[in-house]
Amino acid sequence: MGINRRDFLKGLGGTVAALGAAGIVEGLVSDRKAEAIHQAAPLTGTIRWGMVVDVAAFRTEEDFRRCEEACHKYHNVPRFNSLKDEIKWIWSDRFENVFPSASHQFVSEKMEEQRYFALCNHCANPPCVRVCPTQATFKDTSNGITMMDWHRCIGCRFCMAACPYGARSFNWRDPRPFIPGELNPDFPTRERGVVEKCTFCAEVIALGEAPGPGEELPEKQMPRCVKASEGRLVFGNLKDPESQIRRTLKATKTIQRKPQLGTQPSVFYIV
Amino acid sequence: MLEKALYGSKKYWALVLFLIGLTLVGTVAYIKQYMYGLGATGMSRDISWGVYIAQFTFLVGVAASAVMVVLPYYLHNYKEFGKIVILGEFLAISAVTMCILFIMVDMGKPARVLNILKYPTLHSVMFWDMVVLSGYLGLNLLCGWVVLQAEKKDVPPPKWIKPFIYVSIPWAVSIHTVTAFLYAGLPARHFWLTAIMAPRFLASAFSAGPALLILLALLVRRYTEFDAGKKAISKLATIVLYAGLVNFFFLLMEVFTAFYSSVPSHKETFVYLYMGLEGMGNLVYVMWTSLAVGFIAILMLLFPKNRENYGRLAVACALLFVSLFIDKGVGLVIGGFVPNPLEHVLNYHPTAIEIMVTIGVWGAGFLVLTVLYKVAISIRALTSPGTH
Ligand code: SF4
Ligand code: SF4
Repeated sequence: MGINRRDFLKGLGGTVAALGAAGIVEGLVSDRKAEAIHQAAPLTGTIRWGMVVDVAAFRTEEDFRRCEEACHKYHNVPRFNSLKDEIKWIWSDRFENVFPSASHQFVSEKMEEQRYFALCNHCANPPCVRVCPTQATFKDTSNGITMMDWHRCIGCRFCMAACPYGARSFNWRDPRPFIPGELNPDFPTRERGVVEKCTFCAEVIALGEAPGPGEELPEKQMPRCVKASEGRLVFGNLKDPESQIRRTLKATKTIQRKPQLGTQPSVFYIV
Repeated sequence: MLEKALYGSKKYWALVLFLIGLTLVGTVAYIKQYMYGLGATGMSRDISWGVYIAQFTFLVGVAASAVMVVLPYYLHNYKEFGKIVILGEFLAISAVTMCILFIMVDMGKPARVLNILKYPTLHSVMFWDMVVLSGYLGLNLLCGWVVLQAEKKDVPPPKWIKPFIYVSIPWAVSIHTVTAFLYAGLPARHFWLTAIMAPRFLASAFSAGPALLILLALLVRRYTEFDAGKKAISKLATIVLYAGLVNFFFLLMEVFTAFYSSVPSHKETFVYLYMGLEGMGNLVYVMWTSLAVGFIAILMLLFPKNRENYGRLAVACALLFVSLFIDKGVGLVIGGFVPNPLEHVLNYHPTAIEIMVTIGVWGAGFLVLTVLYKVAISIRALTSPGTH
């Protein structure tokens, strides 16, 4: 056969799944992993960036604020005084809101009072990428980051309807006058009419070499929230069994947001 | 043939000017929105599609419903629909025009919309929606025009048009199916994540569209020489009735699944729409109105006598149209966003600008419709004088 069957399915998988006929393909690949149809764009590289949120380590409001501010400042995220125009990349909410499908009955007081970070999960199988008609939202298959091209986005907001985590914001109006404090010249500002969200600081990570197996990302290339978290957020390569993040995941019980949807989030929580 | 639209009675011109006026109001409002951004609307981070996309969704149904006259006429040779078929096709053209306009006014970056063509994305339903919609517009323009032209010359339509007409039948079904897939394929939204979304869409479309077509045919009959024929209208009324019944049956099925299973995420939107949730629920009265007038309309249509009497038929069709307009053009789309993915409950209030733009688009759509109907009716008057 000319074309490798797996490659063929990779290309077709997203399309067919979108048409609701995944079952047929599943029959075809039953000898292989169902993953080929599960992922619109399988992560082919040796890296899949992921994050672990050590929930209990976030005690004071200040712990959250530091991370949020580091992110929002670096990325020139505007601050509006109205809920309607709001733009946010990382924020915190209550347990039942961040984990609506987890158990809510008789949860411990600690869990009830605790707040939980919410951000883009950089899902391995992201619905936002599947629906975007222009590929303005796309998967960087070399590192698992769900990226956004603001110059390509047409502002249809299909991705906002599709993201099960409410991770995306839209520039309902010109954001520039609302960027608090000084502009960060290293990062572009956005215009009205496009969607935006957390990028796992792809551009910061790319400031130096990618770490090899067994190596960690150097501090200065860590995402801004991770840097500001003082160890409360662990960031690393999910594909490297030796990485700190994998060791953390192995040693502790963690949960993901809405795992039943099959999006395969790259953000995990120690609760 | 378009020149036929340039000669008309005072009443015709009054209508045209009125519709131009509405379009202008919408244009001014749109310019305001364009300058400020979509923030001029009531949409938010949580309810990110509003009136525009809801209207778009509803009107795709109206466009698709042309198949309810095209199919019996061309496939089953149901001669009674001979006259109304052109009204159906031209209604489809104006409905698709409105769909395109609603998409355009909803774009954050309208100037970039051709990116959809530049980066064709086969796994995006929106890409396919664009393909089927523009294809449908092309098919209807072609078929409507060629058939009408043949009629003007008093000859049978050319043979080569037949395949296009046949293709337009499944195509009509496809536009509304694909539009339903915009919603039904999203893991995030429980209210939309239902396999009967497409059937529901079709049922409501095949009721609301023909209901509008009946109203238009009755209006045309009243103000012009053109009469679609009693038989055609009463047949259409039957279609409206049955599709309407199926639509409400589907709604009941959704309600049963949600409430008998008692799964919160399946119930919540229904509760929000019909009872209010966490103190929010600005659509409750609207949704009950939809149910009530829909029920009355169906009840009226159930009696054959009411289907024969034009006055009562018009009332029933208007009621059913309003009911389905609310159900799909308001509740279904906006309701899907509440509660949001983080289980927060928020209301959406369209702004004045948003409503004005919406009226403007309807104005533009009816302007297209008026002009097309004028052409069709003038040509009919030429070829078959005195058919009344
Ligand atoms: S969390 Fe939402 S925005 Fe982020 S990758 Fe997943 S679906 Fe896309
Ligand atoms: S709003 Fe932009 S990023 Fe989102 S789906 Fe549309 S084009 Fe893609």
